[in-house]
Amino acid sequence: MGEFKVHRVRFFNYVPSGIRCVAYNNQSNRLAVSRTDGTVEIYNLSANYFQEKFFPGHESRATEALCWAEGQRLFSAGLNGEILEYDLQALNIKYALDAFGGPIWSMTASPSGSQLVVGCEDGSVKLFEVTPEKIQFSRNFDRQKSRILSLSWHPAGTHIAAGSIDYISVFDVKSGSIIRKMVLDRQHLGVTKSRCIVWGVAFLSDGTVISVDSVGKVQLWDSATGTLVKSHLIANADVQSIAVADQEDSFVVGTAEGTVFHFQLVSVTSNSSEKQWVRTKPFQHHTHDVRTVAHSPTALISGGTDTHLVIRPLMEKVEVKNYDAALRKITFPHRRLISCSKRRQLLLFQFAHHLELWRLGSTLATGKNGDTLPLSKNADHLLHLKTKGPENIICSCVSQCGSWIAYSTASRFFLYRLKYEHDNISLQRVSKMPAFLRSALHILFSEDSTKLFVASNQGSLHIIHLLEGSFKHLHTFQPPSGTVEAMCLLAVSPDGNWLAASGTSAGVHVYDLNHLKLHCTVPAYNFPVTALAIAPNTNNLVIAHSDQQVFEFSIPDKQYTEWSRNVQKQGFHQLWLQRDTPITHISFHPKRPMHILLHDAYMFCIIDKSLPLPNDKTVLYNPLPPKNESDVFLRRTAHAFKISKIYKPLLFMDLLDERTLVAVERPLDDIIAQLPPPIKKKKFGT
Amino acid sequence: MVEESVRVVRCGGSRLNFRRALFSADSKYIFCVSGDFVKVYSSATEECVHVLHGHENVVSGILLNPNNHLQLFSCSFDGTIKLWDYLDGILIKTFIIGPKLHALFIPTRAEDSIFLTISKEEPDIFQLVSVKLPKSSSQDVEARELSFVLDYVNRSPKCIAFGHEGEYIAAVRDFYLSVYFLKKKKTCNFTLPSTKNKKNAKNRFTCVACHPKEDCIASGHMDGKIRLWRNFHDDKKYTYTCLHWHHDMVMDLAFTVTGTSLLSGGRECVLVEWREGSEKNKEFLPRLGSTIEHISVSPAGDLFCTSHSDNKITVIHRNLNASAVIQGLVKDRSISTGLMVDPRTKALVLNGKPGHLQFYSLQGDKQLYNLDIIQQEYINDDGLIQIELVKAAFGCSGTWLATVEQRQENETELELQMKLWTYSKKTQGFALNTKIAMPHDDHITALCFNNAENYEKPILVTASRDGHFKVWVLADDSDIYKKAIGWTCDFVGSYHKYQATNCCFSEDGSLLAVSFEEIVTIWDSETWELKCTFCQRAGKIRHLCFGRLTCSKYLLGTTDNGILCCWNLLSCSMQWSAKLNVSVLEPDPYSDHVAAVSQSAEGSDLFVFKPSEPRPLYIQKNVSREEVQWGVFVPRDVPGSFTSEAYQWLNRSQFYFLTKSQSLLTFSTKSPEEKLTPTSKQLLAEESLPTTPFSLILGKHRQQQDSRLNETSENELIQLPLTENIPAINELLHTPAHVLPSASFLCSLFINSLLLSKETKSTEEIPDDVDMEEKEESDSSDEEKDFTEKAQETNTTDLGEDVIHQLSKSEEKELRKFRKVDYSWLAAL
Repeated sequence: MGEFKVHRVRFFNYVPSGIRCVAYNNQSNRLAVSRTDGTVEIYNLSANYFQEKFFPGHESRATEALCWAEGQRLFSAGLNGEILEYDLQALNIKYALDAFGGPIWSMTASPSGSQLVVGCEDGSVKLFEVTPEKIQFSRNFDRQKSRILSLSWHPAGTHIAAGSIDYISVFDVKSGSIIRKMVLDRQHLGVTKSRCIVWGVAFLSDGTVISVDSVGKVQLWDSATGTLVKSHLIANADVQSIAVADQEDSFVVGTAEGTVFHFQLVSVTSNSSEKQWVRTKPFQHHTHDVRTVAHSPTALISGGTDTHLVIRPLMEKVEVKNYDAALRKITFPHRRLISCSKRRQLLLFQFAHHLELWRLGSTLATGKNGDTLPLSKNADHLLHLKTKGPENIICSCVSQCGSWIAYSTASRFFLYRLKYEHDNISLQRVSKMPAFLRSALHILFSEDSTKLFVASNQGSLHIIHLLEGSFKHLHTFQPPSGTVEAMCLLAVSPDGNWLAASGTSAGVHVYDLNHLKLHCTVPAYNFPVTALAIAPNTNNLVIAHSDQQVFEFSIPDKQYTEWSRNVQKQGFHQLWLQRDTPITHISFHPKRPMHILLHDAYMFCIIDKSLPLPNDKTVLYNPLPPKNESDVFLRRTAHAFKISKIYKPLLFMDLLDERTLVAVERPLDDIIAQLPPPIKKKKFGT
Repeated sequence: MVEESVRVVRCGGSRLNFRRALFSADSKYIFCVSGDFVKVYSSATEECVHVLHGHENVVSGILLNPNNHLQLFSCSFDGTIKLWDYLDGILIKTFIIGPKLHALFIPTRAEDSIFLTISKEEPDIFQLVSVKLPKSSSQDVEARELSFVLDYVNRSPKCIAFGHEGEYIAAVRDFYLSVYFLKKKKTCNFTLPSTKNKKNAKNRFTCVACHPKEDCIASGHMDGKIRLWRNFHDDKKYTYTCLHWHHDMVMDLAFTVTGTSLLSGGRECVLVEWREGSEKNKEFLPRLGSTIEHISVSPAGDLFCTSHSDNKITVIHRNLNASAVIQGLVKDRSISTGLMVDPRTKALVLNGKPGHLQFYSLQGDKQLYNLDIIQQEYINDDGLIQIELVKAAFGCSGTWLATVEQRQENETELELQMKLWTYSKKTQGFALNTKIAMPHDDHITALCFNNAENYEKPILVTASRDGHFKVWVLADDSDIYKKAIGWTCDFVGSYHKYQATNCCFSEDGSLLAVSFEEIVTIWDSETWELKCTFCQRAGKIRHLCFGRLTCSKYLLGTTDNGILCCWNLLSCSMQWSAKLNVSVLEPDPYSDHVAAVSQSAEGSDLFVFKPSEPRPLYIQKNVSREEVQWGVFVPRDVPGSFTSEAYQWLNRSQFYFLTKSQSLLTFSTKSPEEKLTPTSKQLLAEESLPTTPFSLILGKHRQQQDSRLNETSENELIQLPLTENIPAINELLHTPAHVLPSASFLCSLFINSLLLSKETKSTEEIPDDVDMEEKEESDSSDEEKDFTEKAQETNTTDLGEDVIHQLSKSEEKELRKFRKVDYSWLAAL
């Protein structure tokens, strides 16, 4: 594996924003997640929960509701009173439509998907028809006194239950009139609260309405008579979210105490048809409010203020033990937020609204393996670059020489030139960017910093020649005809001859930069690409997919390498395939061509292609071999995968030079420390 | 009296909390196992109404007969199941099964199948089997055909439960829950993650209960969690929910009759009621005193009861109010105070609950009174060093009580406190008089009062390892009214810096003997002068006591190396010595006998002798297999009438002793059933008198008689209803039909009694009973005499005594067997 000096960086002060809504789409098995900063992420549950798409956030767009309609169209609504539709192909916002009812608190699509209903601050419930291109306002329902916080359609599409403050109303969709009003009890453990907010309602096909409220109760109502059937007191704080399974045999609720409760419809006795809702398992995977829950056929999905997306599989629904049977906790984005200038030892950190440039510290001391060396020079915060406008940064990059920085928001592209004079640094914006460079999904500088590659959201790739203080547009690779799919991963060969680009689902395209033409396309694979890199000298393209497969493709030969074929023949180790975070970065050792360095959030691995592959019987995660081990044993246990789990959660790891690594960690405790304090719960023995 | 052989018998004090207690169908009675017996208590008055005896080994399970709720099944380690009529305490049938039976279950719908837990050949492997009880008219029935149901079950009956309608059996063991469906003959197994990680290491199951109406199983766990399992028909779709309040293991679980609430209890001494299986909706009954070991619910649903580790059963109302406490003998980890007899109540006194001194009635087999000595909240926690009650002594016929408590954190830090309590006649209890902090610098090894009657002021002597003995006297306290009295130290004695190990006063109180390791010193109690010393350079003195009555000139001592010595105080020389490794040396305060229990490898032997003669009067080999730790002579209420020389020592008092495993044993000639006399069955029979057509007729008859009586004798003093005065009718009404002789046999008897009642105007039974009482209680206390006198006054007005003679002697005897009256419990009130 070799010994490295490691820069262990913990000053990346990144805090993901809290999750506000999740929406599960059964057809495509995808999950849409919106965060409090307006970011919307799409996770592909079939592809090992990979975050394949994301829409950058916007300061004024606080999403309050998210839903899928008409198959796979995604809508969101927020407190700015607008309904948005997202373009899942081009990864931008199709349109925004004001509902004219003040802030929108809730939105759901009808069971058929052809209608949308939104609940507004002014107490109005508005019905929209979903047309193929847009949505069209249809009519208003009876206006209520206070804001509509939750909505649910009857599975037949005939009625709507709306949760408001202190009461639930049931609307008839045809007439738009209120037919039932159910008033909630404000008592909480003997104390009367000022009001009882209905945070969520769910309409079942038998006419039962389930409500969750700020008093901590889950209540079942009969909508035909408007009577309370059963009440479950489950929390001392608010119950904020509810989601029902499609079969209506279980539902899940999330509380402000961070607990998620599962309710199941269980027959009272084995030989009677009488069934009752029973609270079964509590799950405490969150520390803060669970703002939203979703119920997929095989899992309970929850997210909240503590920024984790938790996917808890239902063991009884899982047939085989694979990815789906394991608990997932997704905290960090599956894309790189950090870029590195190797020559100047700089790190560029990307935040939602600013960039930070740091120079790594250095040491003169030497030590044994495992020693912590004292710093002779501390890390230096060189630059704090704030964006203009309310939009979040999509991507950013610093060139290898450290003299160029580029970043992009949803509507603008920025390029900066950096000059270093001893300890001073001067920043100059390159103005007059061409009109086609508006929004980029991925930005990459060539190894010699003379070229800039930009993947735009229209599917095209722009190549820009950088000169001292100016630039020149060289070429644009247009997407293959007929597709509008955006490219979101780029890799350039160190010699500058080849450029590899990958989209969200189609294969990887390799372009010849000398002749400015498409060289070849790597055969398509079922799972999305999570990382790409081209090896120096050999020009082998290494591709990591979300199912943890790693391929090596020889660009000059236009085929998979011998090693890659061997790997596919023998298969990866069981444990390797069971890891649950995607590989986010691949790099190479300049002096050891047989090594591939890659990492995910919980491990760093060097694949040594010269060693035999491990089979399922060998130990994959071998600890560092003891010093006094005989060579025979070492040789017997040595295999191609050298894995280190010292650094976690690992956001970025790269080779600075032959003997130096930089690892950027973001401990979860540091994130939690920056979140608002959770609800205080009295614990026994404290 | 016919000379009988004396044998060792267990005399009460056995565990009431061995198994779950059981309620009768109408919640009037509570049944609980108690050693070889089943005890029937009244749930309202806490009195023991019956003791069902017949098993030859420990009773391991009791259940009501589902087909007749007036009958009770019990199983025992002796391999039999017995069916009882508990209202009358009659054994109806015995089913001989064979192997040792550990538990008994009867599902509600089983025809005549009984489920039993038996042990297989290998130790610690238990099986659940079912047995069909054959229908047979004979008393003893063999039922040896066992059909196997479940293997590898837990021995404790808490770990097996039957589901609603007896459809399934839930059994838990270690980390497994198995559900066996009786109809489908299918087993579903559910396993909890076990020791793999630290979090789950305490997942082990401890108990299980089934919902009476729904398919729901509740299981308790070591980590204090309760899991409610549902959908367990499917190996995959099963689901459970957790209820977590207990911080330590859940000891027992029970559903209420309707299934709306779940009760749980554990080491926290708190009964928790979970309503509707919800974690938020729970009620507590705290401060129940000690660990809850079992919970049971009455079939009527109005009462619960909890069995506690301190041998107590608490009866609790549905609204979580404790209403009655049935307290047996508390057995602490170690009996440090030894056995004593309270001279006032004749109760056995020893330390019980932590920090308490318990007064235990040997006759009633129940605790009378608990005296809180330490008066500090007991915190139940592992590794906490508690204050312990180590010594106690009564003085001046029960007026004074001295107690010593100590707490030793480490070698050098000793906390010692001596308390003196005085008996207050007003409150009828002990009140603290004097508290002496650090009476000695080291452990107190012995304390004794000068109990001689001719001394006005009581004297207390304490001996300690610090080499001193101190004499404490009652003196004027510094109170301006000169009314308060307290104890102060009067004299400190020592002998060559040896540790003082024992002390004792002679019977007349004139001499004090204190042993200093190997030397016995005799002191004059007037002047505290050293009179003489005896030195037995053989070993340290272990026990020391003076002889009584005719032998008061002798001093007895035993040494570490197994020598029993007797010194003559007049000649100041050794009278005799014997080689005997004595572990208990106890003089009888009412005779000149001394009992010594010697310890050998095979067991413990008892020797009774008079100090004047080196020849033992009575030897009982092997009284117990275990080491005998303490012994005491308890004076008899009724003197025995043993004529043979060997048994004469039993005439005045009875010798009780406690073994290492804390079983209380005694010597008796009577069978145990006679010894433990239950209280009035008469009372019981009357309150349960059913309104039958029979009683209606009799009631009419009585009214007629009453009117006639009023006509004839205006000055009749007895206003008791007449039917209840006629023994024959009483017997007839109070005895269930199935245990009565045939009707033809009784008919003439019954008719006769009715006819004769016309002539007799008074009771016959009462004088008869009173006669018995007089015999029994001739030397009881004044209060009792008052009572008997009153009873006699009423008797004087009675006239005829002839009805009783109309009945044939044998019939009468047979009938009277059912209603022996004993008012001795009144003495305890």
